[in-house]
Amino acid sequence: MNMSFISNLAVPLVLCLIFCFSLFHHTDILSAFSEGVINGLKIVVDMFPALMLLTLAIGMLKSSGGLELLSKILNPIAESIGLPVPLIPLTLLRPLSGSGALVVFQNILSNYGPDSFIGKIAAVMMGSTETTFYTIALYCSATGIKKSRYSAPASLCADLMGFFASVLAVKLFL
Amino acid sequence: MLGHLIVWIFIFSFVTALSKGKVSEVCAQLLASPEQALSLCVCVGCSICFWSGVMEVARQSGILKRLSKLFAPILKLLFPKLKKDSPAIQSICTNLAANLLGLGAAAAPAGIRAVQELQKNCSDPTIASDYSILLILLNTASLQLIPTTAAMLRLKAGSTAPMEILPAVWFSSVLSVSTGIIAAKLFSAICKAPSPLCHALHGRQKT
Repeated sequence: MNMSFISNLAVPLVLCLIFCFSLFHHTDILSAFSEGVINGLKIVVDMFPALMLLTLAIGMLKSSGGLELLSKILNPIAESIGLPVPLIPLTLLRPLSGSGALVVFQNILSNYGPDSFIGKIAAVMMGSTETTFYTIALYCSATGIKKSRYSAPASLCADLMGFFASVLAVKLFL
Repeated sequence: MLGHLIVWIFIFSFVTALSKGKVSEVCAQLLASPEQALSLCVCVGCSICFWSGVMEVARQSGILKRLSKLFAPILKLLFPKLKKDSPAIQSICTNLAANLLGLGAAAAPAGIRAVQELQKNCSDPTIASDYSILLILLNTASLQLIPTTAAMLRLKAGSTAPMEILPAVWFSSVLSVSTGIIAAKLFSAICKAPSPLCHALHGRQKT
């Protein structure tokens, strides 16, 4: 039993459990599934315009050489805190915008390869953090909270730890 | 805020392109990027649709309800002053279980309902109470069991084992969530609630 076997097993196992459970409880699988897919489609359609604009912005940043320039400036900071330089844009954008992080993440994958050290860390970062500011804004506006007090700093502590833990986790497990 | 950021990225890129003589590359990129956006959206979108479908099956078959019951002991630890019969409990459980399954669409409404319940006990509901902040924090950390989007994009980029990140993601998530909880508890001890009633009254009826 090695790690990769467990991770490969997890997805089919979860699917199988869910389907068996729903069979057992006489759920109408087909209608429930289609309902979920249609809800998912709505999310995708909502996401598309932002994704388009951000792909453009980040593509421009990359092709103009601006990203290189930015990396050079950020290099000393990144080195001093132990984060690989190509991941800095991802860590900056991740708490702000889900679509933006997605575009940067895909860029990292195509530049460095999904099985490279950098690619793996980026994937773990994507999987273990969320769009912090969006979530706080959503909850506060929906519940009428005007003073969120320490929610942003506390959540950013979690994000920061998530970024460093991703680097550590890739070194430990992969 | 994001809109401003995009404009600044544009201006910065344009100026750099001019100074580095890379205007033609930028122009080519401008023309190519809408299609790149579509292909990214299709790739991620298919994965979102599929998992959203699977998780809807899970929700309708009652797995979500079972799972939320498992959260009761954890809730006692995280929200010690919350009374057992508080209406917020059920919503918090549903919210956490939905997050775990990656059911964003089900998590947000339950979470918002829970925060509304928590805020009802505050003397000033426009100021977030300690428990509301803790719940929001749990939602800003990714509790998702299977990182479907990241794995899907890895597969598309030609990874040999797209799911191998799983143990690393769990490790990193656990560390980040616990750091967040500790930070929240520390912050709440340092900056006392503006009205002391804010967290003392959770679970009790307003008098």
